[in-house]
Amino acid sequence: MSMLQVSNASKSFGGVLANRDISIEVPEGKIIGLIGPNGSGKTTLFNSIVGYHPLDSGSVRFQGSEISKMIVPQIARLGLLRTFQQTRIYGKMTCVQNMQISIPHRNTNIGHMFAKLPPEVMEKADHLLDFVGLFSKRKLLAGDLSFGQQKLLEFAMALMNDPKLLLLDEPTAGINPTLINGLIDRLKRANADFGITLLVIEHNMRVIMNLAEHIYCLAHGELLAEGNPESVQNDQRVIDAYLGAH
Amino acid sequence: MTRNRKYVFYGLIFVLALAAPFLAPDYQTQLAFLWLMILFALTWDIMGGQMGYNSFGNVVFFGIGMYTTAVTQRNLYFEVEQYVSVSGLVDAVTPSQYVTGMFLGMGAGAILAVFIAFILGIGILGLRGHYFAICTLGLTIAAGETAGGIDYIGGGSGMVAPVFPLALGEKGIFFYYVLMTLAVMTFVVFQRLYSSQFGLAINAIRDDEDKAEAMGLHTTRYKAVAWCASAFFLGAAGGATGNLVGFIDPLDVAFAGSTFGVWMVLMAILGGKGTMWGPVIGAAVFHITQELFWTYLFGWQRVALGALIVIIVVFFPKGIMGFLHHHWPQLFGQTVDEASSSEREGKA
Amino acid sequence: MKVPPRFVPGRGPFPTMIDNFLILFDAPVFAVQLLIDGLLVGALFALVAYGMALVWGVMNIINIAQGEFVIMGGYVALTVANVGIPIVFGLPLAFIVLFFAGWLVFRIVICRVVDQDLFTSILATFGISILLQQLMNQIFTADVRTLESGLGMWFVLDNMVTISQIKVVTFVVALAFGAAIIMFMKTSRLGQSIRATAQNARAARIMGINTDRVYAFTYALNAAICGAAGALVVMTWLVHPFGGLAYTVRSFMIVVIAGLGNFPAVVAAGIGLGALENYAGFMLGTEFQMAFIFGLLVAILVWRNFRLKKQRMVLK
Repeated sequence: MSMLQVSNASKSFGGVLANRDISIEVPEGKIIGLIGPNGSGKTTLFNSIVGYHPLDSGSVRFQGSEISKMIVPQIARLGLLRTFQQTRIYGKMTCVQNMQISIPHRNTNIGHMFAKLPPEVMEKADHLLDFVGLFSKRKLLAGDLSFGQQKLLEFAMALMNDPKLLLLDEPTAGINPTLINGLIDRLKRANADFGITLLVIEHNMRVIMNLAEHIYCLAHGELLAEGNPESVQNDQRVIDAYLGAH
Repeated sequence: MTRNRKYVFYGLIFVLALAAPFLAPDYQTQLAFLWLMILFALTWDIMGGQMGYNSFGNVVFFGIGMYTTAVTQRNLYFEVEQYVSVSGLVDAVTPSQYVTGMFLGMGAGAILAVFIAFILGIGILGLRGHYFAICTLGLTIAAGETAGGIDYIGGGSGMVAPVFPLALGEKGIFFYYVLMTLAVMTFVVFQRLYSSQFGLAINAIRDDEDKAEAMGLHTTRYKAVAWCASAFFLGAAGGATGNLVGFIDPLDVAFAGSTFGVWMVLMAILGGKGTMWGPVIGAAVFHITQELFWTYLFGWQRVALGALIVIIVVFFPKGIMGFLHHHWPQLFGQTVDEASSSEREGKA
Repeated sequence: MKVPPRFVPGRGPFPTMIDNFLILFDAPVFAVQLLIDGLLVGALFALVAYGMALVWGVMNIINIAQGEFVIMGGYVALTVANVGIPIVFGLPLAFIVLFFAGWLVFRIVICRVVDQDLFTSILATFGISILLQQLMNQIFTADVRTLESGLGMWFVLDNMVTISQIKVVTFVVALAFGAAIIMFMKTSRLGQSIRATAQNARAARIMGINTDRVYAFTYALNAAICGAAGALVVMTWLVHPFGGLAYTVRSFMIVVIAGLGNFPAVVAAGIGLGALENYAGFMLGTEFQMAFIFGLLVAILVWRNFRLKKQRMVLK
């Protein structure tokens, strides 16, 4: 069963057509890649999916129900979460607090607002911080961390939220190359151990070829190619798009 | 150990606070106002400091509480038309009537303030940043001007609260304890709120509201609760203050945007916004400074206050607590935990 | 000192409101009169709003002290007239004095908050606004002041509608003045560097523009524009030390509606606001005119936000 189904999505800003007639599908439990040169409309597609702006036409279905008219927090509460290209964390709170407030808000009512956090939450926060290697920094302000560490924290916060589908916008950008293998490993473990379906935007070809089982390639706002990593990598249109030929 | 020390500290402050009006009998009214200022700073800080919604409009709820209480007291014991003529008499109301009327009015004022905060919040809390700040500024002045046009509550010439029925010397003590109770209640309730999920959520909204929304937080709900909590205590405090001052002017006392409305912002910033004790310290420092201005700068004190605002904002924007925080972050528990992850596994 | 509350049973604001509304239908000349007065006022609002948009656009500061500069300009013109200088010189002198006042305020305060977050600058300029209010209150007392221009009235439509000549003069001067400022911004070297800084301060700095001086000049120019407007205000209406905030709020509204840097829209919004305010003052009674202005601000912001929410966006 497909977890996310985008059909014929179009979006333009003023006169610029950012997405035209894009259809992609993310099956449950898989890692799907989304690639394309700069300005090809990848982030716009992400934003359309998670509700940052309305679609001009087309539909977005998550687990069978239409979400293209919902607003951001509603979609997030369904279990469809995204991370940001420019990493966003709560800078003036400590890492642990960042984690604690990232618990899922699916079934919360007014009573939960004023309740103290249960010990399981603390335990889980510590565990996930350990998972991304930030345990020793847990009492520091998140804003004082380095960019790469913030990126890891954001990833840990996303995991804390128990999403069903996680949209990652360039998870390895700005991360020390020596740590990238570790991150790929963690992404795979998140998928295998926590059962989170992933849709990943990535520029680093080595990473995406290593990670994704199926890849979509965008160029100039249109879907250019799709298929398994090898076939996309060898697709002449994809190579042309990346090398700037038209 | 540290926990014990903390309770001793709280206990000492509490005893000192209880004894204060007897230690300095000449300054009872000023001390009562000190508690009001602390309440102001705390109720502003829940919005501006903890949640990042810089409001110039909180004073609206103060005014609502003030008017509600005065109207309640008037309508309980007087015919509305007759009220004007009896308000000057000392024995116009009996002490028990006075107290009943005042507390009923404060309750009604607090509830009405929460209700209005909720209604206004639906529209206004969706605004961000400076739009919110300026919208709330407009709200304050609109409220004052509107109140000044309604004859039922005295119009532009204001309204008089019933005269305190006991000897004047007891008035200061009475209001000192009323306002102290309110301020301490505010502190305790807010401290409890901040230690729950609510506290984390409003901090998250302050740091990055878009991110909080993207993580599925019910941001609107949290913002409304913070705004209403602030309105509740301001409404109640407004009722008491109206009786303490005795004369309710729509623009200078009730909806005093350019005095109380700005002071609450300033006190929180001076102490350090977004901290528990910052607003309290800031309120104390500011109130004392302000009283000194009033004493020594006769005529020019308001000019000096304007200058003080600029100086604090420009040169001391992080406040006292922010200064401490910057220089000694470890005091606030921000340390690198040397315990490696393997040790943690061992402990578990 | 203490004034007892007056309460007249059975007289709320609403019956008068309906009466006044009906008058507008019974006697349409009233409506014409209100419209004309409103239009003439509006040009001044637009001028002040243009200054606010300038500072907002270039320095990312919302200047709450805007209205105080207007009032200060009024007092300068008043002082000039009292000294015996012909009132024609009131406007240029107010322009010059306020230019230097603005420069001073920038050097002392604003230059320290330019690169900080918006709320810091809002609060700092609010502080300046309170400081200036109180200062003017000390110097000129809280009395309402006005300057007689000595011009008369035109009577039109069978003497039913009066048009004050000074208001027409003010209207023309305000528009001409605004046009001159825009010409300056478009053609002069300094104007161009201001616009470049507005678009991208960092790039402008790299290209050798002294952005600090541009900021100082922009802020001073804004104060001067407000001062000139104030000189016109004191001749057409009145000034008093605490009347400034209304001008700030009006400018803010106009800028929110018209956007930054769109002068025709600013003029249109200014004139529209002037007319609307006049109608509201007539219908609700003058005691609610201020309440209307500030209430309108709240309503406009909330309305714009609701509109944006439909597009899954917020005003920020």
